[in-house]
Amino acid sequence: MAAAASPSSMESAPRIMRLVAECSRSRARAGELRLPHGPVATPVFMPVGTQATMKGITAEQLDALGCRICLGNTYHLGLRPGPELIQKAHGLHGFMNWPHNLLTDSGGFQMVSLVSLSEVTEEGVRFRSPYDGEETLLSPERSVEIQNALGSDIIMQLDDVVSSTVTGPRVEEAMFRSIRWLDRCIAAHRRPDQQNLFAIIQGGLDAHLRATCLEAWLAKWCHVRTRDPRQQTPGHREAEQMTKRDVPGFAIGGLSGGESKNQFWRMVALSTARLPRDKPRYLMGVGYATDLVVCVALGCDMFDCVFPTRTARFGSALVPTGNLQLKKKQYEKDFRPIDPECACPTCQTHSRAFLHVLLHSDNTAALHHLTVHNIAYQLQLMSAVRASIVEKRFPDFVRHFMGTMYGDPTLCPTWATEALASVGITLA
Amino acid sequence: MKLSLTKTGSAPHLTPHTLHNIHKVPAMAQLTLSSLAEHHEVLAEYKEGVGKFIGMPESLLYCSLHDPVSPCPAGYVTNKSVSVWGVGGRVEMTVSKFMAIQQALQPDWFQCLSDGEASCAEATSIKRARKSVDRSLLFLDNCLRLQEESEALQRSTIIGVIEGGDVMEERLRSARETAKRPVGGFLLDGFQGDPMTLETRLHLLSSVTAELPEDKPRLICSVSRPDEVLECIERGVDLFESFFPYQVTERGCALTFSFDYQPNPEETLLQQNGTQEEIKYVHQTKKIKTTGCNQEMTSFEINLKEKKYQGDFEPLVRGCSCYCCQNHTRAYIHHLLVTNELLAGVLLMMHNFEHYFGFFHSIREALKNDRLAQLKELIRRQAS
Repeated sequence: MAAAASPSSMESAPRIMRLVAECSRSRARAGELRLPHGPVATPVFMPVGTQATMKGITAEQLDALGCRICLGNTYHLGLRPGPELIQKAHGLHGFMNWPHNLLTDSGGFQMVSLVSLSEVTEEGVRFRSPYDGEETLLSPERSVEIQNALGSDIIMQLDDVVSSTVTGPRVEEAMFRSIRWLDRCIAAHRRPDQQNLFAIIQGGLDAHLRATCLEAWLAKWCHVRTRDPRQQTPGHREAEQMTKRDVPGFAIGGLSGGESKNQFWRMVALSTARLPRDKPRYLMGVGYATDLVVCVALGCDMFDCVFPTRTARFGSALVPTGNLQLKKKQYEKDFRPIDPECACPTCQTHSRAFLHVLLHSDNTAALHHLTVHNIAYQLQLMSAVRASIVEKRFPDFVRHFMGTMYGDPTLCPTWATEALASVGITLA
Repeated sequence: MKLSLTKTGSAPHLTPHTLHNIHKVPAMAQLTLSSLAEHHEVLAEYKEGVGKFIGMPESLLYCSLHDPVSPCPAGYVTNKSVSVWGVGGRVEMTVSKFMAIQQALQPDWFQCLSDGEASCAEATSIKRARKSVDRSLLFLDNCLRLQEESEALQRSTIIGVIEGGDVMEERLRSARETAKRPVGGFLLDGFQGDPMTLETRLHLLSSVTAELPEDKPRLICSVSRPDEVLECIERGVDLFESFFPYQVTERGCALTFSFDYQPNPEETLLQQNGTQEEIKYVHQTKKIKTTGCNQEMTSFEINLKEKKYQGDFEPLVRGCSCYCCQNHTRAYIHHLLVTNELLAGVLLMMHNFEHYFGFFHSIREALKNDRLAQLKELIRRQAS
């Protein structure tokens, strides 16, 4: 485990990822994360429980679905109920009574996406609380302080978030600032033994910038490969003299915004090509089924997205062929379950016709049925992906998945076909 | 003794999973025609009955006409039809349409089509009261006739409806005449009202139940508050709707009243120190509207939105065995309410149902052990 940082000591971050299998064609990996609140099989989809709740389903229901890690939002929780209260409640785990793992983001993304009057400086992000109008500064130090109080198993650095549709010098500024902010986050982190701080790779859609970002980190934070002095080259020993800071995992940020899918996958591929093999790669904000499968092929291990839970509350159920808009009249007399292959409680008990009726009433139970199903869909998908990697048939799995989703491999979106081809998986 | 509430065939906020977390859920659930009538074509095509359709094949089901929580507009009952209101608007039902719908639903019990517009809530003219009784008896006879001819409805029980407004003569007539028919039980309709008329209504109720056979269940609608329930039980009522815990949930409150009439002396001291304090802070409610979720808070509950619960890490009710109290704190519920999260409704519904069903359990125990007076006194103290 990493000890507290001191300038001239050698620190290496804990190795939290164990690789169990790797696809021999693509970059897909199956693994296991060792986290303070239990192991997590990867690839993993993490549902988003923004304000210390998974939107209408209980902790017990979420546990019963097999979820072992989910997200909380630092921005929201930092404002309500606030870190002091959560700390009194024995951290976010205690407050929401969630026995498994939690990942909190830094608040950076919400700062930019939700708060129109926010101002970014080297110091941090200054904004006005939407609830009481008070002005606050979210700095790297403050973000880590809040996340330390929340006690989540994985915490994210505060990064300078720029929309993926922005171009020009602002992107470069944000990228370098994010690296400086990572340093400040590491320095401020009071609980490195209990909480794993992940770095976030930025650089927008500019391949050069992203590569620069990755290089900067990899140069700065080399792995300590061996402790045996006889095996060290002079250059390597020199590296040991440097202050080394290491992180247990990396996130690929700044994507899944308004950028084209074509640019999106190339940035993901570029990142995974350069990131260390033995550390988890967390692709932030990715959640559509096709995107998940493609990005697993490109070498990502962890994903989060509000999409499945949000779309549930609009009456949309996720299925292997896409989605069912259950409020529509065509489901009025459809007495089949959402998905006959699905093992979730909703599909075991209820029909599309009943859900159609319930969705047109004011009983919130309708939303909960779909939330349960959509989370189950995502988790079952990741499970199936993982099994196929372990059983050395991932490329076949991908072909079958795309065939089911699009009817015919040739109808698969071009970007996905190209992305898969780039890692050796052909669909035809 | 009580009917589990459903809204459009599902417990409010709850899926079967979370409903199963609740202890002592009644064996019989209430469905409302107002939420299901417009779907009768779907149910007819489904063929297997509403119980299976809503995912409650094991539950006994009682189908009432109206939703106890949502008021329905007056003036729509005719000599030939009664109307209910669903999400799609008004559904007008003649006797034959009503029975066709019941045929599609196949509930275990159902309230017969009835004219419920002459209630005790406002003074009724004798003429109107008489009409409500006449119409309801006519509907009943026609429904019974149709039931005889229906294969699908042989296993369903028709519940006769006692009408008559606040006119004693008509109430007695309704009771005697309905009792002559081969109904499976009786629904005492239109006995809800404000505290001003309570004495009269209770007197009316006693007189009515005295006319009814002992061996058939007596249901009452629109009465769900703990104190009112006990008054009605004393006057011969057996079954109640469970909408009170739902209303409490919708206003972000949790039931905390004690129904432990035979307490452990030590526990009493602890509980009392808790509950007494809370009763002091709560607004006294003087006026109670008869229907709708805009009812004011009662002294049987606490309001989790209040700032004082922000840092309260106690369960809603100490010693409560419900999922919410076993797993969560007042502070957490407060947070969920403040942030408008859906889980607030789920957890509060689980607690409020469990608490309420526990109350009914204690009623049954008290009746068995002849201690109803003690329970009534305990509830009365908390009702002020």
